[in-house]
Parts: sequence; C-alpha cells; structure tokens
Amino acid sequence: MNKYTERLFNGIIKENPTFVLMLGMCPTLAVTTSAINGLGMGLSTTVVLVFANLLISIFRKKIPDGVRIPAFIVIVASLVTIVEFLMKAYFQALSDSLGVYIPLIVVNCIILGRAESYASKNGPVESMFDGIGMGLGFTLGLTCIGIIREVLGNGSFFDMPILTDLGFTPIATFARAPGAFLVLAFLVAGMNIVRKKMDEKGKPLAKPSGCITGDCANCTSKCADEKK
Amino acid sequence: METLATLFSIAVTYAIINNVVLSQFLGICPFLGVSKKTETASGMGLAVIFVIGIASFVTGLINQFILANEALLNLGIDLRYLKTIVFILVIASLVQFVEMFLKKSMPALYESLGVFLPLITTNCAVLGVALNAITYEYNLLETVVYGLATAVGFFIAIVLMAGIREKIEYNDIPKPFQGTAIVLVTAALMSIAFMGFSGMNI
Repeated sequence: MNKYTERLFNGIIKENPTFVLMLGMCPTLAVTTSAINGLGMGLSTTVVLVFANLLISIFRKKIPDGVRIPAFIVIVASLVTIVEFLMKAYFQALSDSLGVYIPLIVVNCIILGRAESYASKNGPVESMFDGIGMGLGFTLGLTCIGIIREVLGNGSFFDMPILTDLGFTPIATFARAPGAFLVLAFLVAGMNIVRKKMDEKGKPLAKPSGCITGDCANCTSKCADEKK
Repeated sequence: METLATLFSIAVTYAIINNVVLSQFLGICPFLGVSKKTETASGMGLAVIFVIGIASFVTGLINQFILANEALLNLGIDLRYLKTIVFILVIASLVQFVEMFLKKSMPALYESLGVFLPLITTNCAVLGVALNAITYEYNLLETVVYGLATAVGFFIAIVLMAGIREKIEYNDIPKPFQGTAIVLVTAALMSIAFMGFSGMNI
C-alpha cells in the first residue's frame, strides 16, 4: 500500500470522521433526514476539504505561524462560498434542503482539524489524498445515518418507497429532530462496544476528538496535539 | 404595535418552539461538552447570550450598511456574496476583542464568563444566527431580537440538560451507553418534549 492509498484507507476506515473520530456533529445531526441529503452534504464537505487541504499545503511555508488560523479560515470560507453558489446553480433542490448548513461547513471541525494537523505539515498531493479520504469517510458516515433515518422515518431508500410498499408504517420521529439524537446515541453506544473489543484485541481505535469528548475548546489544537 | 407583536413572535418562536439546539442542531458541541454541571452550564449559556447579542448586532449593522448597502447596490456593486467570509472573521475577532475588553475593564464579569469565550468562536450557533437573519430578511432590531431569543433558547436547553445530567450521574446505566451516548438519548427525549411546543400558534 503506497502512501496515497494509505491516506484514503486512513480517512475512510481507520480514522473515519463520523464513526471513529466523531467530528462534525452539527451537520451529522442536522442534515441526515434522508440518505440523499447526507450524501449531498458529505460530498460538498469533501470538495471543500480537498481544495482547502491543497491550498493550505501549497501556502504552508508562506503563512506566518501567528496568523495561521485566521488565514485557514479565510481560505475555507472562500471555498465554502464557491461551493454554496455552485450548488445554488446546479443542485437547487439539495441546496434548499441543506440551507444554512452549507455555509456552516466553515466552522466544521474536520476541515480546520485536517488543515492544522495534516495539510500544514505535508506536501500538496498527500494533503489532497488526505482530504479525499477524510471527505469520503465523512460522506460514508452521513449517508449511513441518512439511510437509517430515512428507512425508519419515511419507509424509503433514496426516495424509493421500499418499506411502505410492504405495509410498514414509518416512525416519523426518526426523520425529525429527536430521531437524529437517538440514532447518534445508538451509534456512539455501538462504537463503544467495538472500541472495547478492539482494545482487548490489542488494536485500539483512534480516540474520538472534538466535541463529543467534552473538550470543544478548539478542535484544531486538540487534533494537532493528538496526531503530532 | 404591529412591530411589537412581530418581535414577540420571533422571540417566542426561537427561544422555545424552534429551539436552537434541540430542533436546529446548532451549538451541539458546547451542549454536549459543557453540560456536566449546572453552574458551568449556566456560565456557558450566559456567555453565549452575551456574544450572540453583540455579534448579531454587529453583523446586522455590517449587512445593512456595507454588504447590502442601497447606494452600492444601485451602483451595481453587490457585496452580499461575501457574507460567510466577513461574518466568520468578524465573529472571531469580536470574541477576542470582547475577551480583552472584559479582562481589562470588567474583571468580575470576566471571572465568570472568561473561560467560555474562546469556546464560542467555533460555535456554529453564532454564525448560524448571523446567516439565518439574512435569509429571513430581518431588519436590525429583528436580527438582535432573533439572536437574543436563540441564545436564550440555548441557555434553557443547556441548563436543563445539565440538571438532568447531575441526576443521571447516580443511575445504573448500561456500560456502552455511559458517557456521551446517554447524554444523546436524554437530548432525544428533551427534543421530543420541545416538539410539543410546535403546536403553539403565534
């Protein structure tokens, strides 16, 4: 496995932002009302993440250390603005249903976290692959949660009414706010079991970082400390 | 009177019915992270009210007089597309500035709110309020009321959560659910309770 596929594997499986690192909880809860929304949000975050990593990695030697966080924020915010307008132009319906959560990609922990812990220390190509891996991992997480919530809450799978045809009455709560918390609660509990199993096997998973650990001071410094 | 009624309806809608945490999922991080004790939770809640109050006023001003300035728009200069970049930078520097100001001139207030201020910069509720106010086409006064109501909603949610967490600390929770998972289950139940308010018609 060369270092590029290693980055992809790392992002999608080993340090999956949703399941393992538990980063970016706001969008994870808010936009996963249906599978297609989760997928759309994940892919838009991926685009921002890839280009943010690329640009930050290119400029990493030019950006003075003292103002690096504001500089990263400006780069990310510009990319988010571009993505927002592209989505308004080409994916009107998706852009309407994601609403304010598209511009809020700016404050997503994953993006600043990767910029700080990876892109500001590595070359452009590796950083891009890191962004693709992390982005696809996030997309995978959001789509899975979206599928669960859509199947339970709406009886459909990517807008195809599979369960309602079989006479299943959807549990509407799952498509609304409480369902998001509930699905995430079971996800965290499930991951706690997996984590314990992996610890016993001697192959511990990466620690969750970001808000779920109770330390939301700033994801950037925390991730940076942990990854080194 | 019309305006007063509008303002009241905005306040009740965003403080209770469309609660910022429990139905809009903004500010989840501090909601999960800083809700272990009622005291710290109310400190965080007050700090959020303080920051969102100032931030919504400042971003409202910027939007009205710079980004969506009539004179500039008439000249064909539309700066509104810059809102995300401008707002995040303004909020980040505003929080720093408020922190310095409090430290210098109001040490007592800084004592109680100071530790929470840096946590708020990355709180998506602040940016979310600023951006939503534009989408909803609120004027300056409505923006400030909307911001404050959202922050009060956050305060209510986080203090309630902290109260419940202090109680469930002594409960016998299944192993995998200990920690964050039970907090999320609690949040789900609180969210169901708050959904009850959505029947209110204001």
